[in-house]
Formats: sequence, structure tokens, C-alpha cells
Amino acid sequence: MTGAGAGTGIEGRNGPTTAAAALTCRGLTVDLGDGPVVDGVDLDLRSGEWLGVIGPNGAGKSTLLRAAAGLIDHGGDVSLPDGRRPGPLDVAIVPQIPTVPDTMTVAEYTLIGRTAHLRWLAGESAADRRIVGDTLRRLDLARFADRHLGSLSGGERQRVVIARALVQDAPILFLDEPTSALDVGHQASVLELVDDLRHADGLSVLAVMHDLTTAARFADRLTLLDRGRLVTTGPPIDVLDDAGLSDVYGTPLTMRIIDGDPVVLPTPRHATPNPEETLP
Amino acid sequence: MDTAIATDDPGAPVESYDRLGRALARAYRLPPLAVAGAVLVLAAVAVLSAVTGAAGLPVTGVLSALAGAVPGVPVESTLTERQEAVLFQIRLPRLALGMLVGGALGLSGATYQGVFRNPLADPYLLGVSAGAGFGAVLAFGFGLDLGWGPFGAVPAAAFVGAVAAVTASALIARGSWSSPATLLLGGVAMAALFSAAQTYALQRLDETRAREVLSWLFGQLNTSGWRQIGIVGPYVLVCGLILFVHRRHLDVLRVGDDEARSVGLDPARTRLILIVTASLMTAAAVSVSGLIAFVGLVVPHLVRLLVSSSYRVIVPLSAVVGAAFLAFVDIGARTLVAPSELPVGVITAFVGAPFFAFVLWRGAARDLS
Repeated sequence: MTGAGAGTGIEGRNGPTTAAAALTCRGLTVDLGDGPVVDGVDLDLRSGEWLGVIGPNGAGKSTLLRAAAGLIDHGGDVSLPDGRRPGPLDVAIVPQIPTVPDTMTVAEYTLIGRTAHLRWLAGESAADRRIVGDTLRRLDLARFADRHLGSLSGGERQRVVIARALVQDAPILFLDEPTSALDVGHQASVLELVDDLRHADGLSVLAVMHDLTTAARFADRLTLLDRGRLVTTGPPIDVLDDAGLSDVYGTPLTMRIIDGDPVVLPTPRHATPNPEETLP
Repeated sequence: MDTAIATDDPGAPVESYDRLGRALARAYRLPPLAVAGAVLVLAAVAVLSAVTGAAGLPVTGVLSALAGAVPGVPVESTLTERQEAVLFQIRLPRLALGMLVGGALGLSGATYQGVFRNPLADPYLLGVSAGAGFGAVLAFGFGLDLGWGPFGAVPAAAFVGAVAAVTASALIARGSWSSPATLLLGGVAMAALFSAAQTYALQRLDETRAREVLSWLFGQLNTSGWRQIGIVGPYVLVCGLILFVHRRHLDVLRVGDDEARSVGLDPARTRLILIVTASLMTAAAVSVSGLIAFVGLVVPHLVRLLVSSSYRVIVPLSAVVGAAFLAFVDIGARTLVAPSELPVGVITAFVGAPFFAFVLWRGAARDLS
């Protein structure tokens, strides 16, 4: 059963493989005081790709993301193609649990995304406001612009957070479990939105994702982390290997190919044999 | 308003574009109506304060004297010479001091609430009041004289005490500008320590002296001419300007440190600048007025509940409303029990607390963060 999907020809969907790097991490290490949380991770985010980061709870996914964005102290090297360390003009982040003050309006919140573009102590210029207006319209948020964040639904709020990240106008977008608080319909629509934006604007996306099937569906490549270490990186079909996943997650998992896409399911410990397996 | 949005058809782009434009304008511009209202209230309070007192002055006379004092305005004052002296040497300095101190407290209260992301924060949070009080007790009762140049012994000691307490709070929480909670607890520790020292020192004083100190501690705007304005004015103006230009940063801090950093703002450095500035300004205000309670806590909340929760609005309006509030309350302080005076800090609480309770009760459903 292992590797059952290999050679089914679905790699072709999984994006460019020869593109230049948008961001490179070498030996990325984060120690928050009780031993390394992220331990010597090498990562190449290719230009224009969607790289999914997966792994069990506590594997260091979010920490890896925050370190790569330069939000926390870390060892090792994170660099852009020109050798600089990434800053807010290079990387925009949609956090796992964004702080959205209830009484802030959508327009106020989105304008905050322009901070890195403002001159010292200056306010937003007409150009900044135009970018924010265009982005809100593009994400179908124009009619919410004067609403308070507290009055929005979870899906609407997540779109606003993405709008805030987009107006930052950075070529790289980091997403930290962007849909963990949403139902399956809103999950899909938020991820579709990010995917559309990625193609339209040529963004490179690094996304920590919880749901392996969804990750496989949206990401060009996946990186599997376990206890801070990188286990493997590659096309979803290769990374989502039964034995490897079961080992990392500590529970038996089964990967199936359904209509050309890998789907990961828990294997019940006392499962009756799957009738499909007995088919020739 | 919500129903209007709910029924808003996405197929009506013009209307939603207008709404978007208006929302964006509101998000970065000061609300003209609220600003005009606040300035009008301040002007009205100023005139009321100028004409009210032991010697009543005619409104037209005051206005003509004020206009006449502006160079190049051909208006003759209709006040007598004696009335003019009352106006320019007694009323106006006191009014100006009230407005400066009230504005400073409102502004630094707004800043502290933003920096600490805590609706309970007020300008005295990091021990300014306790430090100033201790300094004042030493100056009043034990002849500590740090007076220098135009600075009198009591204001100088109060200022030094206030700055010392805040500095100590910051030192305790060393390196934790990125963790406001630690800083806040450092402030609690220092406030307790300086309060204890102040109480001990107060106990050692005889009754007359102690009363003198207590009335200073409750806050007063007694002023002899324009001298104190000259001392506190530059501090308040310079610090106020610094806080004003950082008002957008306070809004960025509202989304949390991580996200502030991810959009390009260094939260620790911003906090350092804002806390140092607000504390200096508070120390300057306290050194000439004593401890006027409640203004710094209540005024930003009033603005927040009545106008906007954005610090771009709260910061400037808190200065104007704070100035108007303290100037208004001071009219009561000097007339209610004339010829003697009530400590203005007592009245701010008497007037402010019920009003604040009412506004809170009305807006209880709304979040204060």
C-alpha cells in the first residue's frame, strides 16, 4: 500500500520545480529556553510556489514560521535571493490567531498593513489609501469597510486579516494555519482566495497547515516537521507516505489517491480489511 | 446602520465605493465634528472660567480685553485697570495651568492605555504619583531644596521623585519593554514602596505641615502669575507633540506585538519612547499641580466611548477634553467654598466618577480594548 499513488502522474499539477528561491533558510534553529523547538531546518521557498509545512502539534511549525519571518530570535541563516534578511517589506504574515480588536473598523485594521511603507511618523498617503481601497474591493470587503471587526463572522474576519497582509505588498506570504477556526466551506474559500492571489500577483506562499488532505490539495510541495527537525520535503504524494506519516504522528494513517489527489485518513486499529485492497 | 449594510447589494458598486471611501477617510482623518465640538467646549469653559470668581468680570469686557491683547487687533478693552489685572494676572494664568495640566493628564492617560493595552492604565501607573508625593513631602516638611533656576523647591522635588519612581519601575523590569505586564508590575512595586516612604515621612511631620502636604497631594492649581506656566508649558508642549505624532503607532500596537513587528513597527522601542515621554509630561504636570486623580483615566475613555476607539482620535481629543474638563472643574474648586478652596483633585473625582459610571453603564456592551 505504501506509495500506492506513485507514478499516477499527479506531480505535473504540483507547480514549478525549477524556479528560483524566494527565501532560503539554512540551519534554522530556535531555542526558547528548554532545548531547541526548531532544530537545524533547511528550507527553500521557491518563487511562486505554495510550500505547505505539516507536522504534529508541537513539531515547531509556527515557531519555524515566526523565526523565518524574523519575529523571534533564531540561530542559522534566513536570507532573500539578494542576501538580505527578510523584513516586513518582503514577508507578510497571516497569524494563527490574529489579534483583531473588536472596536477597530475594517478600514482602520487594513490600513495598519501599510506601516512598513510609511515614512517615519508619517500617516498614510493617498496612494496608501488607494491600495487599501483596491484590496478591500478585490476581496469583496468594500461594503464591510466601516464595520467593526467584532461584528464580522469568522470567515469575513479571516478575509480582512488576509487583506491586511496583502496591502503590505510583500512578495512572500506566510500563513499560520489560516483556516483553523473555520468550517470546511470557509476553509476552502479562504484557501482558494490565497491561491488565486498567489497566481494573480506571483506571490510565494509558505503555509503551516493542519489538515493533511487540504495541504496536499493546495500546496505544490510539503515539508514535514517532527520535533523541530525536518523529516522530508517534496511533492505531497511523496511526503504523505503511510509509514512515514504514521511514525511522525504516532498513529496509523493511510493515504489514498482519490481522483488524483492524495487523501490522508486515520486507520482504525481494529479495522476490517478494506474491500478495495482485496481487489486485483 | 448594520441593517443597511446587510441589505447592501454587491451589485451597487457606486454606493459601496462611497461607503468605502468614507470609511477610509474616517480611518485616517480626525472626525471634524468631534474636534470642532471639543474645541468649542474648551473655548466656552475658558470664557466661563475667565468671568467667574470672587470678582465677577463682564463677558464682553473679557472678550474685548483678550482681543485687544492680540497685537494688531484694533479693539479697546472695556475693563477697568483693576479688572484687567485680575484677568491677566490671576484668572488667565490659572486657566492656562488647568488646561496644560488637564491636557497633559488626558494625553498621557491615553498613551498609557494604548502602550499597556489596558483600560485601567492611567498616568500614575508607573509610580509617578507616589514618587512625586514623596518628593513633595521631603520638600515641604524636611527642607529638601532641589530648586534650581525658575524651579521652586516643591515642584523640583516632586519632579525628581516622579522621574525616580518611573525609572526604578523600568529598571526592575529591565529589558522587558516587550512585556508590558512586567513593567506594570514593576510600577506597582515602586508605587507601593514610594507610597510607604511618603506615608512614613508624613507621619513624622507636625499637623500644620502635614495638612499643607495633604492639600498639595490632593491637587491644586494655585498659581502666582505666569511663572509655573513657563516651567510646565515647554514640557507639556514638546512631550505632547511627540505623543501626537506617535498616535498611529498606538493603533498598530493594538493588534499585538508579533503583528506589529510583522508590519514593520518595533513594539519595544515604540513603548520605550512613549512611556518615557508620557512619564516626563506627567511628572512635569504633577510637579506644579499635585496629584489630580481621575482625569488621565476617565478622559480617554470618554473619547473612546463617545467618538472612536482609534488612538489617532483618542490621543489629540483626550488632550483637548482633558484641558476642558480640568479647567471646568477648577472653576468649582475656587468658587464653591470661596474664599477658601477645595482641592481640585477631590472635585475631579466627585464630578468625574458619576459621569464616568453613567457613560460606562450606557456603553457597557462595548469593548474597551
